[in-house]
Amino acid sequence: MSLSTDDVQKVARLARLAMNDDEIEAARSQLSGIFQLIEEMQAVDTSGIEPMSHAQDLTQRLREDRVTEPDQRELFQSIAPQVSSGLYLVPQVIE
Amino acid sequence: MTWETVIGLEVHTQLSTCSKIFSGASTAYGAEPNTQADAVSIALPGVLPVLNKGAVERAIKFGLATGAHIAPRSVFARKNYFYPDLPKGYQISQFDLPVVGMGQLKIQVEPLSGNAKPYEKLVRITRAHLEEDAGKSVHGAAQGMTGVDLNRAGTPLLEIVSEPDMCSAAEAVAYAKALHTLVRWIGISDGNMQEGSFRCDVNVSVRRKGEPLGTRREIKNLNSFKFMQQAIDFEVQWQIDTIESGGKVQQATVLFNPDTGETRAMRSKEDAHDYRYFPDPDLLPLSITPQMIDEIRSAMPELPEARRMRYMEQYALTSYDASMLTSSREMADYFDSCVSNLGMTKLAANWITGEVSAQLNREGLEIAQCPVSPKQLGGMLARIADNTISNSGAKEVFRTLWSEGGDADAIIEAKGLKQVSDAGAIEALVDEILNANADKVAEYRSGKEKLFGFFVGLAMKASKGKANPAQLNDILQKKLAV
Repeated sequence: MSLSTDDVQKVARLARLAMNDDEIEAARSQLSGIFQLIEEMQAVDTSGIEPMSHAQDLTQRLREDRVTEPDQRELFQSIAPQVSSGLYLVPQVIE
Repeated sequence: MTWETVIGLEVHTQLSTCSKIFSGASTAYGAEPNTQADAVSIALPGVLPVLNKGAVERAIKFGLATGAHIAPRSVFARKNYFYPDLPKGYQISQFDLPVVGMGQLKIQVEPLSGNAKPYEKLVRITRAHLEEDAGKSVHGAAQGMTGVDLNRAGTPLLEIVSEPDMCSAAEAVAYAKALHTLVRWIGISDGNMQEGSFRCDVNVSVRRKGEPLGTRREIKNLNSFKFMQQAIDFEVQWQIDTIESGGKVQQATVLFNPDTGETRAMRSKEDAHDYRYFPDPDLLPLSITPQMIDEIRSAMPELPEARRMRYMEQYALTSYDASMLTSSREMADYFDSCVSNLGMTKLAANWITGEVSAQLNREGLEIAQCPVSPKQLGGMLARIADNTISNSGAKEVFRTLWSEGGDADAIIEAKGLKQVSDAGAIEALVDEILNANADKVAEYRSGKEKLFGFFVGLAMKASKGKANPAQLNDILQKKLAV
């Protein structure tokens, strides 16, 4: 399977990446290479094998439900581009 | 042409943990903006999520309460989209392997129209999964800017998805209410709808009888049962009108405007549903052992439906009374502690669902805040049951208990509310009245039966309202019949 320019443009839009035509073409060819690799792997017979969802065969450790984090708003907001009345400010979002 | 409505619900309920699902920041509601937004909540680079045991336990509780399969292994996935209140650029959720599988909930439906009778229905719950809540955007915080408060980001949510098993607004509301009762009953959420702890998305479609499913529209973020009913009613009518006038329903997300009572499509975000889920590499699969499930099962309270059935079987209460009393665990517990002996169950049910609930509603209080304790009410009910006070006397005792406290016996004594149940005394009173009104007695006996009330009134007045009404009626009837 090889990707079309449209496919790449769509993925770029979803990932909020601004790409020019040259970059789109370069990405298209690289991504198509990855798809070829996937196709090769698809040929392996995996019937009867449970899919893994993580590279490590371990399970999640759980944390006790306790509040451990103090208020560090001042510290965090000291590196924010813009804040007002405790809020982080971003360019206006209109639904 | 008859139309059928098909409705399914997605409910987001905030779990009542004290810390967030993936970090140790507080989840308390109403704090100053961003004072509970720690490094994980604001997605500083390099932070890692660590799963909260309390959130997992609450999800298991819900699964057990709905008879669902609890997945021994479930997986967290990233749901990717961009919005300022989601600083990571993805929400950690669950996708193909949720923690809670198919379950079900029995609901009591009160039809909204006509003479239709209440009925029972089983609604299937497709799944319930754990995820994190997003932050809040504050529009108009500064000129041309949007403010972001990330206190809510990372609050644990259980998203509960139903099958499209409901076919009217009444059924959808009954399901939402039953779910709301359940999550509070088993103590996994405070269910506070004003504060956004219980938010409903409703999927609605219509079809002509016998045809395949129609295209659905999703009404987002309903936070009251009243709005839910209004929104569904409007949406159903809109879809029918659209199709009957030759149009087609487009799949869309709509918002309900409580001021106009209308639903309106949101400007459709391009690729909004292209979330590109994949397993979150920061989180290992969640393993739930049978021991963990057994431990939680052994601590489960009697569920609302079981309690409802028990009230009907053990106490012979009506389905309506039993439903009312089990509308919250606090209400049911209040009833239980009020009922000190079996003879008083019906009386206690009447008072709690009647006078007590009405007074609570008038003052905007919950049963847990009721100024009259179950013990105080029980004391008063005992005096009704043994005929010490009449119903109207009881109302006065109740008003006093409510506003001044104290105990029923002392109030009855102080206010002289003890009713006269001495047959001899009542007979004497009745004789006196009948003698003084011989003309009216003659009229009554010649057929003017509505004069009966006149005699009751006179007798009550003569007894200063203390005559036992049932006894008075009996004696009057007997004497007038002669």
